[in-house]
Amino acid sequence: MAFTLYSLLQAALLCVNAIAVLHEERFLKNIGWGTDQGIGGFGEEPGIKSQLTNLIRSVRTVMRVPLIIVNSVAIVLLLLFG
Amino acid sequence: MHPAGAAAAGTPRQRKWPSKRRIPVSPPGMADPHQLFDDTSSAQSRGFGAQRGPGGLGYPAAAASPQEAFLADPVSNMAMAYGSSLAAQGKELVDKNIDRFIPVTKLKYYFAVDTMYVGKKLGLLFFPYLHQDWEVQYQQDTPVAPRFDINAPDLYIPAMAFITYILVAGLALGTQDRFSPDLLGLQASSALAWLTVEVLAILLSLYLLTVNTDLTTIDLVAFLGYKYVGMIGGVLMGLLCGKIGYYLVLGWCCVSIFVFMIRTLRLKILAEAAAQGVPVRGARNQLRMYLTMAVAAAQPLLMYWLTFHLVR
Repeated sequence: MAFTLYSLLQAALLCVNAIAVLHEERFLKNIGWGTDQGIGGFGEEPGIKSQLTNLIRSVRTVMRVPLIIVNSVAIVLLLLFG
Repeated sequence: MHPAGAAAAGTPRQRKWPSKRRIPVSPPGMADPHQLFDDTSSAQSRGFGAQRGPGGLGYPAAAASPQEAFLADPVSNMAMAYGSSLAAQGKELVDKNIDRFIPVTKLKYYFAVDTMYVGKKLGLLFFPYLHQDWEVQYQQDTPVAPRFDINAPDLYIPAMAFITYILVAGLALGTQDRFSPDLLGLQASSALAWLTVEVLAILLSLYLLTVNTDLTTIDLVAFLGYKYVGMIGGVLMGLLCGKIGYYLVLGWCCVSIFVFMIRTLRLKILAEAAAQGVPVRGARNQLRMYLTMAVAAAQPLLMYWLTFHLVR
């Protein structure tokens, strides 16, 4: 049972990378998860799909630059220490 | 223990101690930290002893050695004054900035417990079936400290239970000749990683379902930490009575934690009407009910997963 905090960090990094590579125009719009498609009115509570869309958009906006740094660090560490 | 602190208690005790202690070899000019405990034979230190009793580990050289040692060595005097002022500055800096990284004042609330609360809460964790009122009491918008309300979450029990779980895991591994020190670190890391995964998954679900709740992250960590108590019980019984005892106690604790989590989270996650037992229609409340059930069902699974390899 080698589920350590370090492997959790690696898994989290891979997940965030996966979210960051989703292309807005080529992919998300085609499956209806684009950021300008059907946000919904103001009165009603947003549904799960619009929450997910917002989450993907925010993650992609916020994590773009930090991901470059963290990925570089991870690459260097993996090259050095395997 | 301060032998000089006992100076006020009576002279006979004083007479015994210097013979057991090291003879102070330092010349009068040295600011020797051993001065705090030694040399209760001089009249001056006896006078200081009574004052120093409640004082604690204060400035050793200032009190124990005779005063002329202090004045005779101005360099060490100044160095000590400078060092102590540096330390005071550093402490101020840390105190000012610590609140930015760790919410110390918020954390203090979760550790405001007393023995009665801990006892009753542990009883509640093992037998939640008779408890009627699960609401947390509020006092002018702030929740009451755990000391006064048994329903309030605390971090003392989860923290202690986590540490005890690691120790009991080490004990269990030791009885099976499988122990090695890095395994303890692995157990701790694994349990913490699962806790983190749980907290993140629940936070994500709460965000996706737009649940307006006052359930903070620390509250969540507290609730999810209560399962360690059941795990400890199961493993200890497994050590004493073998697999049958382990399964029995673990089964009992799993059901108890399941009921406990449902009853506690129902009030926090579900809407008001549903919390009072009236089934409210609507997809939203249904999803919230599913979330509560999923969180509660994950507890027994994790309890089993984290302990089954410890009991053979």
